[in-house]
Amino acid sequence: MKTRVETKESPRLKELKFIVRRIRENPLSLAGLVIIIFFTIIAITAPVLAPPRPGRDPYIIPRSGYFPEPQPPNLEHPFGTTEGQYDLYYGVIWGTRTAYRIGVLVVAVSALIGIIVGSLAGYYKGVVDEVLMRLTDIILAFPGLILAMALVVAFGPGLDSITLALILVGWPTYARLIRGEFLRITSEDFVEAAKAIGCSDFRIIVRHVLPNAVFPLLIVASLDIGAIVITAAALSFLGLGAPEGYADWGQLISLSRNWITGTSGNPFAYWHVYVIPGLFLFLFVMGWNLLGDAFRDVLDPMIRRK
Amino acid sequence: MVIPTLLGISLLIFGVTQLFDPIERASLYIRDPRQIRFVEEIIKKYGLDQPFYVQYFGWLSQVLQGNLGWSQSLHMPVLEALITRFPATAELVLYSAPLTIVLGIFLGKISAVKKDTVIDHVTRVMAIVGWSLPAFWLGIILMAVFYGGFGIFPPGRLSPWAEAMIRSGKFKAYTGLYTIDAILNLNGDVFIDALSHLVLPVITLTTINVALIMRVMRSSMLEQLGKTYIIAARARGLDSKTVIDKHATKNALIPVVTISGLLTAGMLSGMVITETVFEFKGVGYFAAHAATQLDIPAVLGFALFAGLIFVIANLIVDILYAYIDPRIRLR
Repeated sequence: MKTRVETKESPRLKELKFIVRRIRENPLSLAGLVIIIFFTIIAITAPVLAPPRPGRDPYIIPRSGYFPEPQPPNLEHPFGTTEGQYDLYYGVIWGTRTAYRIGVLVVAVSALIGIIVGSLAGYYKGVVDEVLMRLTDIILAFPGLILAMALVVAFGPGLDSITLALILVGWPTYARLIRGEFLRITSEDFVEAAKAIGCSDFRIIVRHVLPNAVFPLLIVASLDIGAIVITAAALSFLGLGAPEGYADWGQLISLSRNWITGTSGNPFAYWHVYVIPGLFLFLFVMGWNLLGDAFRDVLDPMIRRK
Repeated sequence: MVIPTLLGISLLIFGVTQLFDPIERASLYIRDPRQIRFVEEIIKKYGLDQPFYVQYFGWLSQVLQGNLGWSQSLHMPVLEALITRFPATAELVLYSAPLTIVLGIFLGKISAVKKDTVIDHVTRVMAIVGWSLPAFWLGIILMAVFYGGFGIFPPGRLSPWAEAMIRSGKFKAYTGLYTIDAILNLNGDVFIDALSHLVLPVITLTTINVALIMRVMRSSMLEQLGKTYIIAARARGLDSKTVIDKHATKNALIPVVTISGLLTAGMLSGMVITETVFEFKGVGYFAAHAATQLDIPAVLGFALFAGLIFVIANLIVDILYAYIDPRIRLR
């Protein structure tokens, strides 16, 4: 008879092991994880993979000449050049950093604002709740991209404007989510107990309720990074984002618009100018969406242990 | 609930206008380019140097009278621009919305019924891929393959000859939707031409949005299939097809109706991108073009218009919801 040695595992370690096992079991989740690790490595090692010229802004793509016609991939330019002779390889590598910067910054700040607003509304209820939630109603009453577009025009085009606009459009989703969790959790006994022993409101919110409320936020946040990066790229594509020559996938795709039909003999002569940056953007977004789905499978108590 | 939301929307849009200085804001009140010389008078007349609430009511009464300002990029009043470009967008919605909904329901249903089989996995992967595709990139790829590669499905709304045809006196414009007008004029050639210009934008919009419907339908269907009335129906000996089609599907469709309000938002956002890529001159193309020209009145007018459409769509969903779900009607 085999005896199993019972080890005292901390519940957090057990939870982590469970999450890792679930992700490894599902090939789609694993694919998402691999894609995101791949992009993270590219973003971190960008100065090695595509060394910038010393003393220059690394986000400005080096160009060889001003000739309009894109050049196909060759030894000097492994992914070819785009309109205006910007090096496509350099552009997509450093574009990964741009995507991370926008995606992570927007999601982190939106989530933070959402947590603060949602906690206040869900904990104090009443008038505070009513006012804050009407505010989110109004912002959510717009299609996101369109409101973001109007804000970017108001702030003046540029990546910083896009970041700020997406934060202003993005936080209400998180606020609603956290508020809902707070309403559910604050009615439970342990919150009553904490109040009874005289904990301050701040302590109850931060130490007792919030740790129980943030898991759904993780799911939404990982799904949101993909959506944010697509929207930012779309705004750049429309010409409201990075200036020409900046390492940004949306901007690189918009440079391909004059070269879609190719030459008379070879309709796909310029395939690289639209396929390569688009593929990077698509894979990045899909990676986050797959990972978000994986988180949902693992963290959502409704479906997790089935 | 509708009136406060609309007021909120107007406040928000007005709040955005406060980011500009009075001279830029004055362009929101101009009806005619000749007025540009009289900016100072306009600032005085509408009190653009007055406090927030005074300005807001002045602006709101303008908007309610249908004056959304002058579009510099199009050289016409914003409202007129929206109205003349609306039929093109309506035509895109007319084809892509039903296609998205029907396809989404169908895929979601088989994915749920065949849960954890190859069919389920394939449809779920398709949904994630569609969800992750940037609309503008998908549009470019489709155009490179079909228009660049095979010379079919050109960009724009009509070929030049068809454009000339509908502008001639012989063609009567009833709706501004070219495919419908072509049928009413019994003009087969124009119909085919208009339809061939619609194929790629409709495929793009459908691909991007179908995942939303599919996901909701799948989870709703799975929930229904696990309920006791389904088990009871099966226990009575009803065949699987009747149970799925007559019992489960009907109830599973209810959340899909709710989500179609969100679908409208997705379509409106997708419209800006899709119309721009395919040079399909509807309101989305107009808005994107105006945005790059920093044509503030046009962009804000479009945002207001989009907010209004979205609110109306959600209102229709609420009414429809009460109609199909007796539990809500009786409350």
